[in-house]
Amino acid sequence: MEWNFKSGVPIYSQIIDELTMRIASRAYAPGEKLPSVRDLAMDAGVNPNTMQRALAELERRGLVYTERTSGRFVTKDETILQGLNGALAGRYIEELVDRLEKIGMERSEIAAAIADWLARNN
Amino acid sequence: MALLEISKLSKSYGGSFSLEDVSLSLEGGQIIGLLGPNGSGKTTLIKLINGLLTPTAGAVLIDGMEPGPETKAKVAYLPDRIALPDYMTTAELMNLYQDFFADFDRAKAETMADDLGIDRKQQLKNMSKGTKEKLQLILVMSRQASVYLLDEPIGGVDPATRDYILRTIISNYNESAVVIISTHLIADIESVLDDIVFLRDGRMVMHDTAENIRENLGKSVDELFREVFKC
Repeated sequence: MEWNFKSGVPIYSQIIDELTMRIASRAYAPGEKLPSVRDLAMDAGVNPNTMQRALAELERRGLVYTERTSGRFVTKDETILQGLNGALAGRYIEELVDRLEKIGMERSEIAAAIADWLARNN
Repeated sequence: MALLEISKLSKSYGGSFSLEDVSLSLEGGQIIGLLGPNGSGKTTLIKLINGLLTPTAGAVLIDGMEPGPETKAKVAYLPDRIALPDYMTTAELMNLYQDFFADFDRAKAETMADDLGIDRKQQLKNMSKGTKEKLQLILVMSRQASVYLLDEPIGGVDPATRDYILRTIISNYNESAVVIISTHLIADIESVLDDIVFLRDGRMVMHDTAENIRENLGKSVDELFREVFKC
């Protein structure tokens, strides 16, 4: 898995997005142990403090949990994981609609275009 | 008191200041980028911390001590030019470091030398510029120091080695050490930095976290640098 960071955006929030995506896509399976902060930081080429901060935020959001002696794990809570998919889907749809509206499409046209695309790319 | 306490530090040569009234308080567990154009005082600051220069005014305290023999045991310094005897081989230089520094981890140095394909029998003077830099960095990063001063550590090496070096700095990271890196190659290292210190004409013009800069200004540190120091 590759890490790509955009310039001019806090690395902390980009790490949160990337790890959230990995959890949502089950690249990190529910209940799986995450690599250590140091290994994740080395893999991503980022400062360990930044990685630590991002993981603490994921923990606050309930996506990962810490077991005192054995490390950090991906949540097994299906409700949270389902909610995550819903939230990510919402964000992508928002981005898509936003872009299409910028080129002057009405929402009804967007809906029709999506239905059309889905039918053709079955 | 912080691990590295720099207060109102100045250094002048014949009336002109190469460093003027710089104060910084750095805790362990931080990686600091010391950034500035040529002649802004980066190397002067590093040499003052290392005790190679004596301040004109102000003070440096490492763990509460002024730079001297005790602090040299805790400070690992990578100079901006090679300062090792050039007739020595890699193996001999490792022996030298092992003799001089109680905190030198020979096993770690050997592993890094293997990773970077350094010939143990080659003399320093016969090495390419990049290999010399790699070897120096291996020697410095194999110490378990409290303060690492890296003056332009990645200038002469290829991008793959640069990545390896950055990963070495990250993997070497620990709560009780502060790492100061001076460089022009900001884009290459900015993702590993906690704090940024900008120097201009010997004065500190900015000290902030790299994340704050990206968050508040919506720019990378590299972009900000180009703007602030536009010629």
